Amino acid sequence: MTPATDTLARAGSAGCTDAPIIQERGQREVFCGLTSIVWLHRKMQDAFFLVVGSRTCAHLLQSAAGVMIFAEPRFATAIMEERDLAGLADANEELDRVVARLLERRPDIRALFLVGSCPSEVIKLDLKRAAGRLDRAFAPRVRVFNYSGSGIETTFTEGEDAALAALVPQMPDEAPGAAPSLLVAGTLPDVVEDQFRRLFADMGIARVGFLPAPRLADLPSVGPSTRVLLAQPFLRDTARALEERGASLLSAPLPVGAEGTTRWLQTAATAFLVPRELFQNVTAAGAARAERALLRHRTALAGRRVFLFPDSQMEVPIARFLHRELGMELVEVGTPYLHRTHLAAELALLPEGTRIVEGQDVDRQLDRCRQAAPDLVVCGLGLANPLEAEGMTTKWSIELMFTPIQGYEQAGDLAELFTRPLARRQRLAV
Amino acid sequence: MQLTLWTYEGPPHVGAMRIATAMEGLHYVLHAPQGDTYADLLFTMIERRDRRPPVTYTTFQARDLGGDTAGLFQEACRSAYERFKPEAMIVGASCTAELIQDDPGGLAARLGLPIPVIPLELPAYQKKENWGAGETFYRLVRALARPRETATSIGRPRCNLLGPTALGFRHRDDVMEVTRILAALGVDVNVVAPLGARPSDIARLGDADFNVVLYPEVAEPAARYLEKTFGQPAVRTVPIGVGATRDFIAEVARIAGVSPVLADAASRLPWYSRSVDSTYLTGKRVYVFGDATHALAAARVATSELAFDLVGLGTYSREFGREIRAEAARHGIEALVTDDYLDVEAEISALRPELILGTQMERHIAKRLGIPCAVISAPIHVQDFPARHSPQMGFEGANVLFDTWVHPLMMGLEEHLLHMFRGDFEFNDRTGSHLGKTHMPAAAEAAVAEPVLASPPSQPGPTAWDAVAEQELRKIPFFVRGKARRNTERFALERGITTITLDTLYDAKAHFGR
Repeated sequence: MTPATDTLARAGSAGCTDAPIIQERGQREVFCGLTSIVWLHRKMQDAFFLVVGSRTCAHLLQSAAGVMIFAEPRFATAIMEERDLAGLADANEELDRVVARLLERRPDIRALFLVGSCPSEVIKLDLKRAAGRLDRAFAPRVRVFNYSGSGIETTFTEGEDAALAALVPQMPDEAPGAAPSLLVAGTLPDVVEDQFRRLFADMGIARVGFLPAPRLADLPSVGPSTRVLLAQPFLRDTARALEERGASLLSAPLPVGAEGTTRWLQTAATAFLVPRELFQNVTAAGAARAERALLRHRTALAGRRVFLFPDSQMEVPIARFLHRELGMELVEVGTPYLHRTHLAAELALLPEGTRIVEGQDVDRQLDRCRQAAPDLVVCGLGLANPLEAEGMTTKWSIELMFTPIQGYEQAGDLAELFTRPLARRQRLAV
Repeated sequence: MQLTLWTYEGPPHVGAMRIATAMEGLHYVLHAPQGDTYADLLFTMIERRDRRPPVTYTTFQARDLGGDTAGLFQEACRSAYERFKPEAMIVGASCTAELIQDDPGGLAARLGLPIPVIPLELPAYQKKENWGAGETFYRLVRALARPRETATSIGRPRCNLLGPTALGFRHRDDVMEVTRILAALGVDVNVVAPLGARPSDIARLGDADFNVVLYPEVAEPAARYLEKTFGQPAVRTVPIGVGATRDFIAEVARIAGVSPVLADAASRLPWYSRSVDSTYLTGKRVYVFGDATHALAAARVATSELAFDLVGLGTYSREFGREIRAEAARHGIEALVTDDYLDVEAEISALRPELILGTQMERHIAKRLGIPCAVISAPIHVQDFPARHSPQMGFEGANVLFDTWVHPLMMGLEEHLLHMFRGDFEFNDRTGSHLGKTHMPAAAEAAVAEPVLASPPSQPGPTAWDAVAEQELRKIPFFVRGKARRNTERFALERGITTITLDTLYDAKAHFGR
């Protein structure tokens, strides 16, 4: 069996591998880690997320969830009040009471996450201990975990990282001497997960697990024979926790766009010694469909200038996709945090000289954006309408988290997210 | 700790943001961790504002906590002043910053900025959004308002309109409507605040002869202060509905010394309510929940202007619990004063109203239970900021109430016909009302029949329907069938009847019939 070698041309230069990153500190317009609950609870069907926090946390979740779009969400807030701050012993009793009420109301819960927030972190409420105590009280029916989604420690997608990292110790051990298995880490929409599962199966990679699993009982196993492929760029702690369990991390670009998807799949194929011909047979149809879907959008986007505000840490892979597959010019690529190691394969594909900004000082960034007058601005919900009112064309970055964008079949959809605002501006005559 | 699935009010600093965002030339510097900036989207997305709210957040992170968060705050104040050059500034802390005790007021004072800097104390673990808005407005008025320079007023009487804010339920439209009524009465508006006012406008509140309290939740503390300090009386009737608008006009006329000369012809509600098509509205069982101002108004309009029965009344505005309880007592019911969504859900499940007048939360409950609903109060959604003029106050506001409360129901003749011709083949489950959502497929009907209760029913009884009774049940119009099924099963359960027959069905109907 001949292992598949990288059939794609290597990037001509080192791209932005060693490029200096501009660090910025100041007011940030970024969601906190609690917000990731909004997609995590949909993916993990028997999990419930209980934020231990303030009224602000409850209000944030409600606003971020688009004000009540779900019949009954699988998240809630235990709002701390004056008397909880007075004595911590009381706060623990209160927490026990709230959890008991919740579990009584929702007997379908199997995994309960106690999610730390800014206030619970600042008063040093020990949720780890509380989770241990509650876990002993409710096991085996309900397992209780803990992580922090606080805004003083995490931004937006880092909440998912913290949640998945908290699950890693629950993953069963790989049997000793097990054949190599593939683990895809990072929340993917079900439709995308199924597509990837089929592609891997067709390549002959039989043992594939996904983290998170829809149900706690279905968590995949992990061990020294596990090869981990990240489906999201922001899984720093999760990757570390998996490595501590003996798994080894594969370095790949993310599966966005036709090229990204091929390279991502290729990385797995190489690790699992998939014959080159088989890999090409399996991926050819999807890659061709993606190329065709992108063609239409390339006409609309090529040569247009795009400015990305920091939001989800998806900015670097998205910028790579917009530049390489759609011919857009990158004015500025902002990211709340840049993990050089996980993004090594992405950075190598960015054009040299790309302005990458880590962190944020929103007023200064807005000044730069106005100065540059880009054709398209990718930004958070708070900034979009004000920028539209100034005459700019915007795309909500949050859609990159809530829409299926990964894989061949979604490449066209992803491109459409960026052509639609431009088409709209062109059509409107009011 | 309070278990909260959805919350009726945000934290008090969001109330302060509603004041700052409503005004011009005011800037709010908020000591807050990163993440609290989410509040911007309330204004730019839900209210669809075209500008960012005038708020600068310090957005401190964990690594700043050991260091100099106070310095961070001062730097944020200084650069916000430099960049935005406001006429005045308010400074305060969000819930997390309150815990680290940096004293924004003192820190800002030490900067010696050449503008008024007003510190806000908004206890985040005790108070909520509306209280925060009221307190912020009061602090601004206290700090900035000046007494009238000349002792007596000249010319037409003048008043201030107090209380409209950013992110308010139809505040913009209400202001327009009330201003129109006042103009017709010969009363001028001196200042509208906080909506659209500058700090320099707050300074001239004292020039008015009296104040109009449009939204007591926000305006009452400021109105009381102005009453005490400048001797300005306040009009406190909130003109929502035809009757309340008439009362409002009478009260304004008395205080302003003008003649109450407004014809009711301005409103179509009285005639629409009397028109024969509205007969079917009589005795419809309605449930009301919202902020105190809108809930009180809705109770009056629903009962005396639309002839509904009030089966439940509640508010999340605890500060107005007494008023709500008194109003409920007038209708022979007990008020629900709570900010616990689960309590409201449980009460609605138990009362089974035919119409809910509530907030976006109750709309949500209504959707689950298959009950028609209209939104009358915050918390709100982007759809509660319509493009058209859609006031709640004044005679035009009454027209809006008639339309929005009656449209979720079936029209009168339609409902009568469905009853009369229910045996006809056209009126089966697939035809029906103009309202798509009252089409209730079997699954949805079952969901209504077995309401989603907070906890499983205490005595689950094995009640079965015999074939004839089941057949008869199918003849009952789909929009009341769920209720009939549930009532019959409850009736059977209470009497230990295990198989429901035709007799059980009609016994139950007689028992529950109203």
